[in-house]
This record gives sequence, C-alpha cells and structure tokens, in this order.
Amino acid sequence: MADKPSASELKEYSEAADAWFKENTVRDPGFMLPLTFMEVGTDQQFDFLREWQRKVYEAGYLGASWPKEYGGGGLHTDFQRAATRAMKKYDAPIMLNAIGNGWAGPLILDLGTEEQKQKYIKPMLSAEDIWCQGFSEPEHGSDLGNAQLKAVREGDEYVLNGSKIWTSLGDRAKYMILLARTDFDAPNKYAGLSFFLNPMNIDGISTSRIKKLTGEYGFVQTFFSDARISADCLFGGEGNGWSMAMKTLEYERGAKVKPVGGYFVKELDVMQIIELAKNSVRNGKPLLDDPVMRDKMTQFMIDIQALNLNNTRRRMPQLMQDRPMGLPLMNKLARTELIRELTEFSLGFQGTKAGYYVGDENAVDDGYWHRSYLNSFSATIGGGTSQIQRNIIGEHALGLPKTR
Amino acid sequence: MDNLGTIGTTEEQIELMDVATSFCRDKSPIDKVRALMDDELGYDPQVWQEIGELGWLAIAIPEAHGGVGLTMAEVVPIAEQMGRNLLNTPFGTTTLAAQAILAGGNEAQQAKWLPKIASGCAATVALSEDNGDWDLTNITCSAKQNGDKIILSGKKQLVRWADSAELIIASVKMDGDVRFALIERSILGETALRRESIIDETARSFELTLDGVTIASDDLLDAGRTRETIEKIDLAAGLIHAAEMCGGAQAVIDYTLEYLKTRKQFDKIIGSYQALKHPTVDNYVEYEKARTHLYSAAHSWGEQGRGEVAVRMAAAQAHTSYSRAADRSIQFHGGFGFTHDCDAQLHRRKAIFDGALIGDAAYQRSKLAGMLFD
Repeated sequence: MADKPSASELKEYSEAADAWFKENTVRDPGFMLPLTFMEVGTDQQFDFLREWQRKVYEAGYLGASWPKEYGGGGLHTDFQRAATRAMKKYDAPIMLNAIGNGWAGPLILDLGTEEQKQKYIKPMLSAEDIWCQGFSEPEHGSDLGNAQLKAVREGDEYVLNGSKIWTSLGDRAKYMILLARTDFDAPNKYAGLSFFLNPMNIDGISTSRIKKLTGEYGFVQTFFSDARISADCLFGGEGNGWSMAMKTLEYERGAKVKPVGGYFVKELDVMQIIELAKNSVRNGKPLLDDPVMRDKMTQFMIDIQALNLNNTRRRMPQLMQDRPMGLPLMNKLARTELIRELTEFSLGFQGTKAGYYVGDENAVDDGYWHRSYLNSFSATIGGGTSQIQRNIIGEHALGLPKTR
Repeated sequence: MDNLGTIGTTEEQIELMDVATSFCRDKSPIDKVRALMDDELGYDPQVWQEIGELGWLAIAIPEAHGGVGLTMAEVVPIAEQMGRNLLNTPFGTTTLAAQAILAGGNEAQQAKWLPKIASGCAATVALSEDNGDWDLTNITCSAKQNGDKIILSGKKQLVRWADSAELIIASVKMDGDVRFALIERSILGETALRRESIIDETARSFELTLDGVTIASDDLLDAGRTRETIEKIDLAAGLIHAAEMCGGAQAVIDYTLEYLKTRKQFDKIIGSYQALKHPTVDNYVEYEKARTHLYSAAHSWGEQGRGEVAVRMAAAQAHTSYSRAADRSIQFHGGFGFTHDCDAQLHRRKAIFDGALIGDAAYQRSKLAGMLFD
C-alpha cells in the first residue's frame, strides 16, 4: 500500500491539481452538459465527456490511487482526494464511465484474475472502454433477485436469451456487468444467478433507445437473442451472481478498494437555487421577501447542510456507534428525495415562466430546472426505489421484520 | 456560503458521552422518571449531588473560577443523554445561568457565583413574560434605582426549578434597556413563587413575582455587555435543548421500534407493514440529520456567525424531528398510545415544552432566513 504522504508532498500535489483543473476545466462547451452519467443523451455530450475523462486520467487525476501495474497512479488515497476536491472546486464535468470505474473496476481489482485486471482496468480509466450495467429487467424492476435473463452453458460458451432495461450508455458500451440466471432449479432465486463481464459488440445483442419523460434519450433496453459469449466471461463462479452484484454496491463506500476519484453525479449547487430565488419576482417584490418561500428555502438549507455534514460524520465512528449502518444506508434515499423536492420547488420560483421548457428562448436557464426535476426521478426510482430503500433501512438499520 | 460550519468532536466530548450514556441510563429508568413526575421536587437530590460530583456543572466554567475550562461543546453529549433518558434536573438552567454570568458578569460577580455553581449549586434564568414572545428583549418587568438599592417589579413566567435554585437571573428593563438581575432565592417572600402547571410533567416551573423584590446596585450584570449576554443565553439554551430533544428523539424512536417488533395484528408483527415501517424510517432519517446538526453546532460553538447558524439549524431540526417522531409514536401504539401509561406522550409533551422555551422550529427558521439570505 502506498505510504501516507507528508504534508508538503500533499500540498504540492494539491496545488498542481488545482492549477490543472483551473486551466483545463471547460464548464460551458456551448451545449448543456449532463448532471449525471445517466443523462448522457447526445453524441456531442458523449464525445465531450469521454474526451474529458481521458484527459483527466492522462493528467493523473483519475485512478491516482489504483495500482500502478494496471494503469492507476499507485498513490495514497489522500492524493486522489485532493484531485477530486480540485474537480469540485472548479465545478468540473462528471466522469462518464461510472459503471466501469465505480462498479466493475473495484470488483475486478478486488476479485478478478491477473489477466482480467490487465485487460480491463486501464481502458476503463481512460474511457476507451465504456461499461454499462445489466441488472434490471422489464418485468423485475425492484426485485433484482428475480432476474430471468437466461444463460445456458454450451461447451465453453454461454448462450444468452432475455432482456435488460434502464441500461445507461448501453448503446455505446463495450462491456456490460450482467446478472443472469444459470440455474432455474436452484433452491432459492438468488442461488440461480451468475455474474458476467459481458461483451456488447457481438451477434445476438441489440439495443433500442428509450425516450425519457424529459423527451430526451439516455437509457436503452438491451435484447439478448441467442447471444454466445465465452465461458471466461463468467465472474465469481456459477451461482455467485447475487453476491457479486451486492459487492458492487459495497465498493461505493470505498472501504475495500480505494475510490477511483471524481464523481459520476453532480451535486446540486444550492447557491444556484438561492440565486434563482433572488432573481425571481413575486407581487412586484423579490421572491425571497415572501415569508412562506423564505421558510421553505430555509428548511431546504437545513436539509442540505445535514446531508453534506453526514458525509463527514460517516467517517467518524465516535458519532456512529448506536446504528453504524444508519447513515450509509440512508444516504441514497435522503439525497435523491431532497434533490427531487428541491428542483420541484425551484419551478415554483419562476411564476409564469414555469410554463416554458427546454428549447424555448424564454425558458429560465434554458429549461435547466424543469429538466433537472424530471431527471431527478431517475435517482429516486433507479438503483432501488425510495420505497425499497425504506424497506432496506427499516430492516437492516432498524431491525424491523421483513415486509412480505 | 461561508456561515455554514463543519462537524467534529473533541476527546473530552467522547469521554463524557461514554460516561453520560451509562450514568443517565442507570440513574433514570422509566419507572423512576414516572415516580418523580408525582414528586414535589421533581428530581432525585442524590442524583443531583452525583451530577455535581462528576463535575458536569463545572464543564463550561473557566478553571480560574473553579471550573473544568471546556466549552458548551462538551455539555452537549451530557444534555443529549439526559434528554434520551428523561433525566430532568436543574442541570440545563444551572448551565445557562453560568453562561449568562460568564457573558455579562463583572469580576466580582463571576468570582462569587461561578465557583459555587461549579461545585453543585443550582441556578436558573427568568426570561419569559406574559406576552409569550421568544424575543428576549421584548419584556416589561422593570428595575428602578432607589438610593443604593434596586427595586424590581413585574412577573416572570416559566422559571424552571426556581424552588431549587440558589440564584435566579431575571431579565428586566431599566431606563429602557434590558438588564439582568442576580436574585438570591433566599430573599424571596413566601408567595413570590407559584408553581405552574406545565405540559412537561418531568420538569418543574414557577411564576416569579418580582414586585417587592429589592437587590443591591451591584447585583446587575454589566450594562455594556447586555447584547452579548442575550446572545449567549439564547444560543446556549438553543444548544442544550437541541441536545435534549435529539436524545429524546432517539429514545422515542427506539421505544416505537420495540413495539413495532413485538406487537402482532392480523397474525403479523406490525413492523412488517410498510404503512408503519416507512414513516418510522423517515423519522429515523430526520433524527440522524438532527444529531448531525447537533454535533456541528457543538463543534461551531463560539464561532462568529457560523455558531449561531449551526445552533439554530440544530434546534430547528431537533424540534421538528422530536415532535414528529413522538407524534407518530403515539399513533403507532394504537389504543395504548392514547393512555398516560404509554411513554410516547412523555416525549411528545417534552418536545412541546422545549419548543416553548427556546422557540420552535418555525421560529428558528425565521431567524435563520435573515442570516442565510439577506
């Protein structure tokens, strides 16, 4: 493991990172940049973000703490943290290859073979190989464990049949982490699942774009029709698919594998909302003179500050003694619901202008707020709906009996 | 936004948290809490003495005055555990009185009172009046100079633990300005204190009639530091009650969970029903946010601007979350929840009382808005 840096080493690195992002960050390329990797809809957006990730990686500010032998920087995590801080400071665009860097990469680094690490890690960091995720199915949205996509072993191949849905970047990805059913007679639904590092550009796999509620594209449905993949694509052994899928969720907390760095989802900037409120008019006066709006906005500030501080508190065991799982488990629910409520609230600032949408010159901030609100559902529904999150928190943090 | 603080702890805080967790749990089982509700004094003198011996009243008092020399940040974990176990004593009011003397007392006043308080003498503050305003400057009780004496008049309300306090610090108006009078309880006539009937049965509170009370000229806190004194009292009270409410929210959620995990209806443990599970999770999420704000407020204590924002956020969130969690606890206990025997009502009542003392969540937000947006 890399040594903890001295204060002066870290300072030097931080200053270099700061200068690099100051110099190289493009915040307005002339078209709207996606706030999350799930919102990449156009070629223009995709090409820009792919190029941006490559540039950041090559400068050494992504994967800085991943092992050198596979393409990382081999440095202590404090360095990567400093680089990520600089990205945030200059409001740099997101890292595109979320499923690769955030999910597949840590899993491969943790449990993969030497060959897999050599093959997959570096091109994933440079965004040469884009990854997508094939967990959800059209008929099994929340009940992931019930996935039915069939993987049948034939010689040294698996034959895949079925469909996956809500695949972000599915039409642009080279690989998919795929949860498929290899055993239909297993003692329980979980035991029949296996996990694959699945190539996308092969015969029998096709995608069709899904038009989102925003009117834009961003997800695809993926169809598997007698698609044949090498048995080498199996990861973690037959029947271990569920535990592999669950492991990908654990890496998010960065305990087992050093965090890759950067971010895949942009935090909502509260100052932007306050700015919007200040520039809005109600009854001929500034909106924030209205006591009801002031009160609501203040409550949002309290919520935002709590969630921001929670990120620090999560790393303070002395304040996590009673229910150590509480904060980590609630983060997704609390954050995604807050963003939904806040963006919805921001529409109310706009008065008559709330009637406009993306594409009209009269729309406030080019329709950014409407789009953000509608897109916010991708996070309150995707990755386990808020309702499923409440079951998880209730059962795993509070010890309530399972809902059945 | 630069008036938003961060979160952190001190070693002393964590040590005190450990000690207070077991002390409050051991000394304040629920049967005892309920027995003390019917007791005239309202707390166990033996436990009060032990609190003094543990040095908890001395925590935020400087060493020069016989204190430990820490800050309100270290009082927080203690108040939190007291709230969690409904261990109600003059701890909060005594701490507040000490903070008032620290902010506005002259050298002689500090030398006289702080060592006493540090060694276990109870004290309280008399701030509220009949107008019900949380604004500590909106008062009508008066002080008039008469030779080398000062004659007080008017009525103060919600003076907690006044019958136990050796010292009562009352806000009064003198020549149009707010001043703080140091009143030794021993000088009060027999009818000066009337016990009030309050919503929180674990506390004791009194109406104080100042008419006819006379103090010496040098028993007023420094006129030049009135503004700081008001701010200090306001924020210290906010922090103490935020801590108590936070601990209370934790307790009432645990109490609800216990019921949801054992009670059966329609052949199922009721905690498996999402209609009960999901709102309980939401209440728990709000409680954790309150605790995060609490330790941020403790960490930011004394910082200009940030300190006040953090305390008011903590008080607002604690009051919202404690009220809501206790309200839902009553409902989720069904018929039993409607009885006095169900502990949910103890918490619901305490949340109302604490909000009444320091300003409820909406009031805290109205104070915050000015600091955040204007």
